[in-house]
Amino acid sequence: MSDEAVAAVAEAHRREWARIVATTALLTRDLDLAEECAQDAYAQALRVWALSGVPDRPGAWLTEVARNRARDVLRREARFRRALPLLVTDESLPGPEDATAADDRLRLIFTCCHPALDRAARVALTLRLVSGLSTAEVARAFLVREATMAARITRAKRKIATARIPYRVPPADQLGARVDAVLQVVHLIFTTGHTAPDGEQLLRRDLCRSAIDLARMLHLLMPADTAVGGLLALLLLNEARAAARVGPDGRLRLLAEQDRALWDATLIAEGTALLADSLRRGAPTRYAVEAAVAAVHAEAPRWADTDWDEIVALYGVLRSMWPSPVVDLNRAAAVGMRDGPQAGLDALEPLLGEPALATYPYLSAARADFLRRLDRLPEAALAYEEALALTANAVERTYLADRLDRVRRVIG
Amino acid sequence: MAKYMLLIHGDAAQWEAMTAEEWAAHHAAHAAFREAAGSRVVGGEQLEPAPTATTVRGGVADEPVITDGPFLDTKEGLGGFYLLEADDLDEVIRLVSLLPEVRATHSAVEIRPVVSRG
Repeated sequence: MSDEAVAAVAEAHRREWARIVATTALLTRDLDLAEECAQDAYAQALRVWALSGVPDRPGAWLTEVARNRARDVLRREARFRRALPLLVTDESLPGPEDATAADDRLRLIFTCCHPALDRAARVALTLRLVSGLSTAEVARAFLVREATMAARITRAKRKIATARIPYRVPPADQLGARVDAVLQVVHLIFTTGHTAPDGEQLLRRDLCRSAIDLARMLHLLMPADTAVGGLLALLLLNEARAAARVGPDGRLRLLAEQDRALWDATLIAEGTALLADSLRRGAPTRYAVEAAVAAVHAEAPRWADTDWDEIVALYGVLRSMWPSPVVDLNRAAAVGMRDGPQAGLDALEPLLGEPALATYPYLSAARADFLRRLDRLPEAALAYEEALALTANAVERTYLADRLDRVRRVIG
Repeated sequence: MAKYMLLIHGDAAQWEAMTAEEWAAHHAAHAAFREAAGSRVVGGEQLEPAPTATTVRGGVADEPVITDGPFLDTKEGLGGFYLLEADDLDEVIRLVSLLPEVRATHSAVEIRPVVSRG
């Protein structure tokens, strides 16, 4: 009975948290108070559901409790709250508004990802208020102390209220740029989880899952947006490989070495379908092109069957729409796969002086690999050492150290 | 409604190097901003260059000390300001995007909410 209640609360937390905070915030016009009331509602659910069973509509139950709690607080603290800056909502604005019918969760995520907020604060606010991670969990994900993260979140909330960042879905003329800002945050959460920048584990599954949940929610609420569909496709196609990326020995498996039977066929099918849908609806977005690269890998039954022509072409497309040294690096690596290690090395050559890649371990790692295949082992060892010096993730370090070791043994 | 201070920062040397035509376009853009903002503009002026500034600050024994020059002696300084009334930050950002200073690489507009009383 109690276990069932605990499981139901956990499930409701994952499914309903954002909606409850978002709807309550419309009533409180204060993000802090909305968050507190949502938290109280879940605490109460743990007690009540264990005794009298899980309600038919847990989300509605939680929303009702959170909003009642908010009304109590507002009544009791009316005088004190009059002095606080309130969240600017459509209801508090004069004049006609077109976005009033939008889902409250969209208001919440657009507000959390407003470009006037510091980038790190956008990520933190989104994970806390939309995904429902605790401040401690957010702090752990970004390797800062909990007090530091709490201060960052508080500062951002204060700016939203004081500078009057509106709690609403942006109007049509600003929507494209603002959706981009949201997707950047979601993408960053996923990549942080996909290869943790530091620490013992390669992946932080909770962050990957939060990012996918966010992307799913956005896609549900904005099904026609091609950038949103492209990002969700990209995340699913990457997530599909998660189980194969670390072997049973805890060691990193590169794409070339992965057991493709471990890839999640359901996620691949869903991601591929989403990608096709996104491409049908309009011009390819940056995320759709990246998803297409992932889809080409997903289609190959074995590493040797990879269509490198297609991948080189896709990176070329990506480079034209989103120029970045990292894209150039990926393209160069793909050229090496298509035309052999010497061609790869030549393609990497112009990137060696690129300041943006000076501390990027994957450049040294790619060079090391091509040099090793060309039997230029002393140079390969040097490049592996360089990559190792730039890598902080323990699983990646073990992989590189192992490679370096093998090369050194051959050199003798 | 809330008040915002728009602080226009930029490199005075670059402003001084502008031609008459560039200034005409510059003023036209400010006129377009004022027209779009309408009654939301509470005030606003262009400032004389930083070398004309005088700073008075606390000294020893409560005696203010007067010095030549701006409070912050940097290459980029304050070139002008607007005081604006708006519903929210998005409205301010949309209006600020009309200002010529956000098209030049040496200048920028800082938006500061004014403390509200009451």
